[in-house]
Amino acid sequence: MNWHAIRAIYLFEMARMRRTLLQSVISPVLSTTLYFVVFGAAIGSRISEVDGVSYGAFLVPGLLMLSLLTQSVSNASFAIYFPKFTGTIFEHLSAPVSAFELTASYVAAAASKSVILGVIILLTARLFVPFGIAHPVWMAAFLVLTAVTFSLLGFLIGIWAENFEKLQLIPLLVITPLTFLGGSFYSIDMLPPFWRTVSLLNPVLYLVSGFRWSFFGSADVGVGLSLGMTLAFLLACAAVVAWMFRTGYRLKP
Amino acid sequence: MRPALEIRNLSKRYAGGFEALRGVDLDIRRGEIFALLGPNGAGKTTLIGISCGTISATTGTVLADGLDTVRDYKAARARIGLVPQELATDAFESVWATVSFSRGLFGRPPNPAFIEGLLRDLSLWDKRDQRIMTLSGGMKRRVLIAKALSHEPQILFLDEPTAGVDVELRRDMWQLVRRLQAQGVTIVLTTHYIDEAEEMADRIGVIHRGKLILVEEKAELMRKLGTKKLILELASPVAALPPTLATTGLDLAAGGRELVYSYDRQAGDTGVAALLAALAASGLDVADLRTEQSSLEEIFVQLVEEPA
Repeated sequence: MNWHAIRAIYLFEMARMRRTLLQSVISPVLSTTLYFVVFGAAIGSRISEVDGVSYGAFLVPGLLMLSLLTQSVSNASFAIYFPKFTGTIFEHLSAPVSAFELTASYVAAAASKSVILGVIILLTARLFVPFGIAHPVWMAAFLVLTAVTFSLLGFLIGIWAENFEKLQLIPLLVITPLTFLGGSFYSIDMLPPFWRTVSLLNPVLYLVSGFRWSFFGSADVGVGLSLGMTLAFLLACAAVVAWMFRTGYRLKP
Repeated sequence: MRPALEIRNLSKRYAGGFEALRGVDLDIRRGEIFALLGPNGAGKTTLIGISCGTISATTGTVLADGLDTVRDYKAARARIGLVPQELATDAFESVWATVSFSRGLFGRPPNPAFIEGLLRDLSLWDKRDQRIMTLSGGMKRRVLIAKALSHEPQILFLDEPTAGVDVELRRDMWQLVRRLQAQGVTIVLTTHYIDEAEEMADRIGVIHRGKLILVEEKAELMRKLGTKKLILELASPVAALPPTLATTGLDLAAGGRELVYSYDRQAGDTGVAALLAALAASGLDVADLRTEQSSLEEIFVQLVEEPA
């Protein structure tokens, strides 16, 4: 294992985060605050409790998940796309670094940023609404697992993308809709039966649901199923990345 | 001694069907400076790319220090440094950070003293805290060299190291390459500048349309392919050669002011002695004489112009 390389890439990426502190941390915190103001305070005051939890508190895990997914994907996709764009990727390709080491270090850095961000958002949310965390260890586990899974997804989008438009395409067309329709802002019990069934096809639902369970002890689907679906998605992304490296897909001519 | 680099039956066909390399075999000797010459698109960069791992070969193998660059890629790549042709650098990082990063990426533990020495050697020490985007093109080239040397490689590939750099940097670069060679580093460089190969290389390979058409000691190559010219300047111009000199192979040039005699240095009898005797007998007044040897550039043009 080339630990020096893993360390070098990880620290390089974390240094990039420090340099771009403003957009890395402030903007997601600001947008989450706006969600709380609009959905939590303005609209939420007219909504009664959901599953025995105040709507404001109910929103916390959903909004956290929304930021976590978006940030993980954008962090990781940009981190690997940028060296491709500037041409500095030649160094990674010519280094004694395995595909696993390369992926692990980029994903670890992107996931670390997302987790740090998640904690900041959690603390910000606490200023708006009172809530407790029923299963803190599971909460942390879901936080990390989701950050890793979606950083991996971002990483493969970054390898796949040939231009900045494509880099934005999947987050915009796929991830954002799935997150909004994945129960971030509502319980699927609120939906008509048909749409409830459709929602069960959305992988993000299981993430939000499992995460919400760790906060309040109840959720749309069972926690075991949530965990299983998240892990399955993680493995699927890992398999695609492994295939990309084996074939040199869009990395090496 | 085992060659530093053993290239066997290497070929590369790109997705578009373009054959960049067609069955190249080449050994690079340990500690030599090898210059790879060839026109644009000849396959120089592809050959380097495959050796370094940035391009995958269609067929064939490359062994670095006896290690297969595909199967044993970690051990092989740890021995190799690459300075690419393009000025691909980070923009926002400092010189110090980017060079230290490269060392780590290639699996070496941090060594600030070594990095300091490297930056001083390359006149980058004063710029160590500067962001790379603020540096000039020549300085960026130095940064790329520092990055390639950061893990103390035994084999260094320089892909067009002096393309677009000023004279001073070019001289610096040549000195650096010689210093590295003195330290035992094997150097493979590609270049368009034939005078560079002529100045630097121990051996020269000429690649054309994906095939290695010639590999030779530089001196040997110059000797073998070099025709020499003896030029005689006359005190006063003549309209035609005197009849006694008609069969000597002399040509009249420069409006009758010069006589030119071309000969092959390798030939047992160059004919120079006979020529001089005939010249003395002819009564022509020779004011001065000089010789010219064909440059590598002329040899190169000859080689690639012949159908490969």
